[in-house]
Amino acid sequence: MRSEKPLVAGALVMIGIAGLLLVAIPYVQLKDVQPPKGLKPYTSSQLRGREEYIRQGCLYCHSQQPRDRRQAPDAERGWGRPSVAGDYYYDRPHLLGTMRTGPDLMNIGARQPSIDWHLGHLYQPRAYVPGSIMPPYGFLFDVKEKADPGERVLSLPPEFAPKGMVVVAQPRALDLANYLIALDRTYPAIDAPADAKR
Amino acid sequence: MATVILLSAFIISIVALVFFIVAMIRGWFDPDSKGAEVIFASNEIGRPEDPAASPEARRALEHDAGAAGAHAPDEDELGARAAADRSSNTITFVFMCCAIVWLLAASFAGLTASIKLHEPDWLGAYEWLTFGRIRTLHLNALGYGFLPMAGLGLAVWLLPRLLKTTLVGGNFALLGAILWNAGLIAGLGAIAAGISDGMEWLEMPWQVDILLVVGGAFVAIPLVLTLRQRKVDHLYVSVWYMGAALFWFPVLFLVGNVPGVHFGVQQAAMNWWYGHNALGLFFTPLALATIYYFLPKVMGTPVKSYALSLLGFWTLAFFYGQVGAHHLIGSPVPSWLITLSVVQSMMMVIPVFAFSVNQFYTMRGKLRMLIHSPTLRFLAFGGLMYAASSVQGSFEALRSVNTVTHFTHYTVGHAHLGLYGFVAMALFGGMYFVMPRVVQREWPYPKLILVHFWLSVSGISVYFIAMTFGGWFQGLAMLDAARPFMESVTLTLPYLKARSIGGGLMTLAHIVFAAHFVAMVLKLGPTRDAPALFYQPKGERA
Repeated sequence: MRSEKPLVAGALVMIGIAGLLLVAIPYVQLKDVQPPKGLKPYTSSQLRGREEYIRQGCLYCHSQQPRDRRQAPDAERGWGRPSVAGDYYYDRPHLLGTMRTGPDLMNIGARQPSIDWHLGHLYQPRAYVPGSIMPPYGFLFDVKEKADPGERVLSLPPEFAPKGMVVVAQPRALDLANYLIALDRTYPAIDAPADAKR
Repeated sequence: MATVILLSAFIISIVALVFFIVAMIRGWFDPDSKGAEVIFASNEIGRPEDPAASPEARRALEHDAGAAGAHAPDEDELGARAAADRSSNTITFVFMCCAIVWLLAASFAGLTASIKLHEPDWLGAYEWLTFGRIRTLHLNALGYGFLPMAGLGLAVWLLPRLLKTTLVGGNFALLGAILWNAGLIAGLGAIAAGISDGMEWLEMPWQVDILLVVGGAFVAIPLVLTLRQRKVDHLYVSVWYMGAALFWFPVLFLVGNVPGVHFGVQQAAMNWWYGHNALGLFFTPLALATIYYFLPKVMGTPVKSYALSLLGFWTLAFFYGQVGAHHLIGSPVPSWLITLSVVQSMMMVIPVFAFSVNQFYTMRGKLRMLIHSPTLRFLAFGGLMYAASSVQGSFEALRSVNTVTHFTHYTVGHAHLGLYGFVAMALFGGMYFVMPRVVQREWPYPKLILVHFWLSVSGISVYFIAMTFGGWFQGLAMLDAARPFMESVTLTLPYLKARSIGGGLMTLAHIVFAAHFVAMVLKLGPTRDAPALFYQPKGERA
């Protein structure tokens, strides 16, 4: 090889083909996907909670993409129907995830709609799920002697509650719990465009 | 869509078949190493060279090559090569120092993340050390710190050698390295503080990415200028890999990080197009370029089939770019996309086979050199792990296998076999060769190189075996609806602990490496004179 020209041209063509197939064509194919009727836009609190989900790196252990019954028993575990492209209409950035060190969260809000459970579980996962290896998020809470008016006090199992103190949720913990509860895609996927289905 | 793909697959196979027949008739793949000989001076073939070897080991190497004292390479060519080395010394030194710092930072971050997965309450009160962040710091410090710094540093050093000229515009690279590292520090700080773009491999905020883009462009300037000043007719295969990698990475990085374009499921497809191409079209080519230069150089033997190495290059360029969607099997991205990526993942056996066959035939009959050459050990191990991790990856992309391994620690084991067993080990080998040239001093304690090698090898072995078995069992447990999900968590605990031991061994290896590096630079420890090692013009010889 005597000249760099074929190298540059070839390299350009190669990455061009790859980008066309994996970025450009999916973009064109998916850009007109509409949200299913049952999907609601996130509220501002839920959006802040979604930011918190990213800030704490929840996506590295939790997926948001239940698989088809033919491939895996995700539905039997209560994780929900296989997701369709429209389910992610309001999701920027996407949070599909690649690990299930913990369970799939696409429908955690339907499975576990109690905000008290979520707040307590975030504060100390092992208080609610024995054997869990999820990190505790104590820094999203304040431990104080007495709650101020309007603050949300956690009702923790006695052995995990600090003695003589109360644990109150910081606003960002409430936002995160609100987001988790909003993760409920149990509405039918039928009215999603046929194109977007697997 | 399916018809188009089927039809194009058919046409491509016919073209490939015709090409294959023509290649056989014309004998394009017969052993021929004319192009492969450009990395040697005249009358230098057959003379092994390993600046990291002790004097005894060097004599043994020459004995293995069966050519002790028989070679007197052309003095002028060696002089030109020494001038080429001198021109890139400072720049390479800066890159290598950065690489070592990021290697240590990434090792400690990784080890912390690993321990936290089985001791979740350890250091639980520190927000910036929470698993989701320290794991991400580990990945980014490696992916944008150690690997590019070591890879680009080696590229900057190799290019003047391969083009038989001196480095032009080295100060641009220096400025580029400063900008890149400033960007990386800002990016890691942002991640530690929780400011993240929220996608794997693309976490650093896009505002920070601008620094990396500009820095990367400055690094590329001297490479382009040097290419224009070249004094060789033939561009060696390493130049191809390095040149293409430097060209591909900015394209990938820009497309991946441009804000406000990507959405929902499409963004997931783009995410893994980027994620897998950062490995396949940036780290892999840099590491392969390293092996393709240093392995023949150390052994004093040109690459056996040069045509095969070029076949490997183009097939890698074509297939690797399209494998990304195998990270999304089972997700709601269009299914043709997943099928395409599964097929191209399997096709990756072609470039891997081309490389491995070449490595095998180049090394055949000279395996004893592995005993004596520390550099060669790292390079050969890296090459072997390239084959292993790539073949594993091809099969892992199959739907049946992926159904078990997806979402589990198995994937993590695979990623480390590729990025550590292959890429990092190859780069270590290159660094051990280059550093004595750069600082004009030998490694003070050759035994420490051996310690580094075996700590790394045992570390990655423990790590990989633990993650492979643990991940596989985890996947099987998840697929069995009769077993509660928690079972798939608890059963991994012993494997996660073993992983921390493996990670600890690797971290220890890097501490040894870094300490040795510091001792060498600060001129601590014994100094050995090495008449055969450093070329000096006549009359200046000590």
